[in-house]
Amino acid sequence: MNNRIVISLCAVVFGLLAGAVLMLATGHNAGSGYSYLFEGGLKNAERIGNTLATATPLILSGLSVAFAFRTGLFNIGVAGQLLVGGFCASVVGLGLDLPKVLLLPVMLIVGAAGGALWAVVPGLLKARFNVHEVVSSIMMNWVGFWTVYYGVQSLIKNPSSETESKQLPEAATLKAAWLTDLFHGSYINLGLLVAVVIVLVIAFIINKTTFGYELKAVGHNRDAAEYAGIAVNRSIVYSMAISGAIAGLGGVVMYAGNASNIQIGILPSQGFDGIAVSLLGANNPFGVLLSAIFFGLLYSGRGFMNAMTDIPPEIADSIIAIIIYFSATSILIERLLRRFKRRRANAKIAAVQEGKVKKSYVDNDR
Amino acid sequence: MWTTIVNIFPYAILFTIPLLITALGGLFSERSGVVNIGLEGLMVIGAFAGSYTVFKLQDKYPNEGWVLWMGLLVAVAAGILFSLLHAFASINLSADQVISGTAINMIAGALTIFMARNMTGSGNIRVPGFSPFNVPVLSKIPILGPLIFTKTYWTTWLILAVLAVSSFVLYKSAFGLRLRACGEHPHAAEAAGVNVKKMRYFGVMISGAFAGLGGAIIILTYSGEFSGTVAGLGFLALAALIFGQWRPLGVLAATLFFGFATTVANVSQVIPSLAVVPPIILKVFPYVVTLLALVLFSKTSRAPKAAGEPYDPGKR
Repeated sequence: MNNRIVISLCAVVFGLLAGAVLMLATGHNAGSGYSYLFEGGLKNAERIGNTLATATPLILSGLSVAFAFRTGLFNIGVAGQLLVGGFCASVVGLGLDLPKVLLLPVMLIVGAAGGALWAVVPGLLKARFNVHEVVSSIMMNWVGFWTVYYGVQSLIKNPSSETESKQLPEAATLKAAWLTDLFHGSYINLGLLVAVVIVLVIAFIINKTTFGYELKAVGHNRDAAEYAGIAVNRSIVYSMAISGAIAGLGGVVMYAGNASNIQIGILPSQGFDGIAVSLLGANNPFGVLLSAIFFGLLYSGRGFMNAMTDIPPEIADSIIAIIIYFSATSILIERLLRRFKRRRANAKIAAVQEGKVKKSYVDNDR
Repeated sequence: MWTTIVNIFPYAILFTIPLLITALGGLFSERSGVVNIGLEGLMVIGAFAGSYTVFKLQDKYPNEGWVLWMGLLVAVAAGILFSLLHAFASINLSADQVISGTAINMIAGALTIFMARNMTGSGNIRVPGFSPFNVPVLSKIPILGPLIFTKTYWTTWLILAVLAVSSFVLYKSAFGLRLRACGEHPHAAEAAGVNVKKMRYFGVMISGAFAGLGGAIIILTYSGEFSGTVAGLGFLALAALIFGQWRPLGVLAATLFFGFATTVANVSQVIPSLAVVPPIILKVFPYVVTLLALVLFSKTSRAPKAAGEPYDPGKR
């Protein structure tokens, strides 16, 4: 575990270095770029609030990917699940006339159900027909993309715009006045609390329950799990459903918390960022929380950086993408670390040969 | 009806070609044993490299045809270079190929817009493209003439030639046999003296070259503008690869099918007989059909057996 933290930190450092090289190569000042980037995300209470708000959907999408990873599945369909979850919640939020305390839980449940529904399809195909979940969830992404595209247009279209849904009423958004005031007008919202609670719940399920243990066992070795009497096919479907439900909640947080309507015609990039968040967080719920906040910082600071310098905001996306490449090739970092350790050991031996340390002591140490 | 078909046919072919070449690239990669879901990103890289080259060269050499071909060539080179990232991660480092491919997609999407914004501010690059022409003599043939030989592009014929050469190389040459062996049974291939890592590098590099070419063809034929995305065509190419069961002619049929499905979906609103079908059905059609194909082929799938698995010479 300790090793994983070092590897993730190395990936972050390499990503930031690569970002600096990129800024220098395109004729910008990397030092001022980074200082504006971090200032933009942390300068005052409002900006900190915005950073946390930007991180909120990433926490949930990252957790969705991480949960699937832990159970041996690669959920690359988070983007579609976010979209469908957000859409279902928006339809309910616009259609039901309930007080806020009732409406929000209903929306969260419906959103989770929408996301779960979208993820269950690849789960069932995997369990029943052994269809690889990566390909089927990519297909489900595009089916979801078009379903929401036409669903928004025919059910909840904004009368003044072709490409977005109606604004949600106050009672149907996760925005809370006290939270906005606390962070001096930031768009932070109750979604953050939802995300933190879900992180705790998932950490508990994965680490402390028989159910979580069974799901992990299937992920480690399908045949061994079956031999141990675990219903493998059912576990796969459950894993995908839970992963999709988390993503669906992410959609609610995105479209009924950070935003208050749905833009159609784009597959939300948060879905793919979830893969990066999960990798950097070593598929651990708390690691996911931290890495999502870090990515949230990069994303929320880039606007300020772009305003103060002429560095394009996509530098943040580039840094994140490079970090995920370094996480994917963590073996390279491991090798470097090992070589570093060996060199230190060699240095010690050299020191022995010069007679500075007692030889027997080092022999034991090796 | 006939005029409708004659009208949409050239567009359907136009749309099929980038899909075909990209899926064909994916075929080489997967047949060598490396799953490449980075096709989407490699297309974006090709689209950027192609439009960048044409954008820069057209100032000096306006209205010269070779500028566009140079764009395609640079796109191929950029695709190969970028695919090396995937090759290195999945072949040398035994990384998870799907994650590495995802990283390629993300890097390509972010990096190209970053570069394009440094150039144009908006991040969009407008470039001139190839012009369609009617093939002399052949376009006069009844039925086939108006369908295939009118309003056609040189790139279309180039890609069809590449398809023919690819089929030949894959099935009739020693190189193709070795490549396929690496995707089916790398240990047997190694025992027979084939350098598995080298063959897999070739497979991934060919996929980079072809996907880059596909991305540039989109820009230089029907799109005309780089905007940082190819709208999921790389993933559709991946679907076509599966639908075509990893065979060149199968891929041709699958991409033609997707090309037509997409064109029909795009123009359905102006064709009375199709306007009654809700557009959502036409839009999700290719993806749902792929899901069904996955189920149907699940028992008899001809997927390369070793695709997606890192090659570990010590494992027997």
